[in-house]
Amino acid sequence: MNVLLRKCSLSTLVSQPSKSTFLRCLAQMSSKVNFDELVKDKPIVVFMKGTPKAPRCGFSNAVCQILEFHGIKSFDSYDVLSNEDIRQGVKEYTNWPTIPQVFFNGEFLGGCDIMLEMHKSGELIEELKKIGIRSALLDKA
Amino acid sequence: MSDDKPVESAVRQKLTEALKPQYLDIINESYMHNVPKGSESHFKVVIVSSAFENVKRLQKHQLVHQAIQEELDNKIHALSIVAKTPAEWEVSQDVGKSPPCRGGAGL
Repeated sequence: MNVLLRKCSLSTLVSQPSKSTFLRCLAQMSSKVNFDELVKDKPIVVFMKGTPKAPRCGFSNAVCQILEFHGIKSFDSYDVLSNEDIRQGVKEYTNWPTIPQVFFNGEFLGGCDIMLEMHKSGELIEELKKIGIRSALLDKA
Repeated sequence: MSDDKPVESAVRQKLTEALKPQYLDIINESYMHNVPKGSESHFKVVIVSSAFENVKRLQKHQLVHQAIQEELDNKIHALSIVAKTPAEWEVSQDVGKSPPCRGGAGL
């Protein structure tokens, strides 16, 4: 606990993080799951209900469909229905109350509504480019 | 006062107070899901407010979350949000269609 506290105050000194960063740090301390580890160094991570092959919620399914539309057939995912610590923990980690939750290169992008908005506006193609993925939609045009 | 839609009413009141919306639609989509008739578990909020000017997309949604934190923590199982500034609303009033339930969640 002391080490974690030191970590929090150290990062406060280094990056002068916002309140949300501090809250995230606190959430990290109380959570049994290290979400930084789960999402880092991976282009795409989705916390969802069910699996990409068998989503168990319409919103989670929609996120998978959007990604597939852009040619992304495989990505890292965690089924929150099979792990209560992840289900609750990820909500605290991102300060976001609903599932699914999508991360690109460790950064929280949003949930289903935001993915859909970004898909419609074309921004998703740009976000994918940033993580080194060429959207299949560019080849369909 | 009797109120057969207590959650919807609370959401409407809190969002109206917090964000002074120019347009607000609260759609109870619970009927699309595997919950008892008359449930108030799944909602879609369409909200247009000047409070979203110069606010990033994630934060627009978080402003909505914060205003109805209590309902999200205790009553609401799923919430879909369309949050726009008046200018964005002028350009497109497309609010999309929520996906069909796939049954796995329960409450």
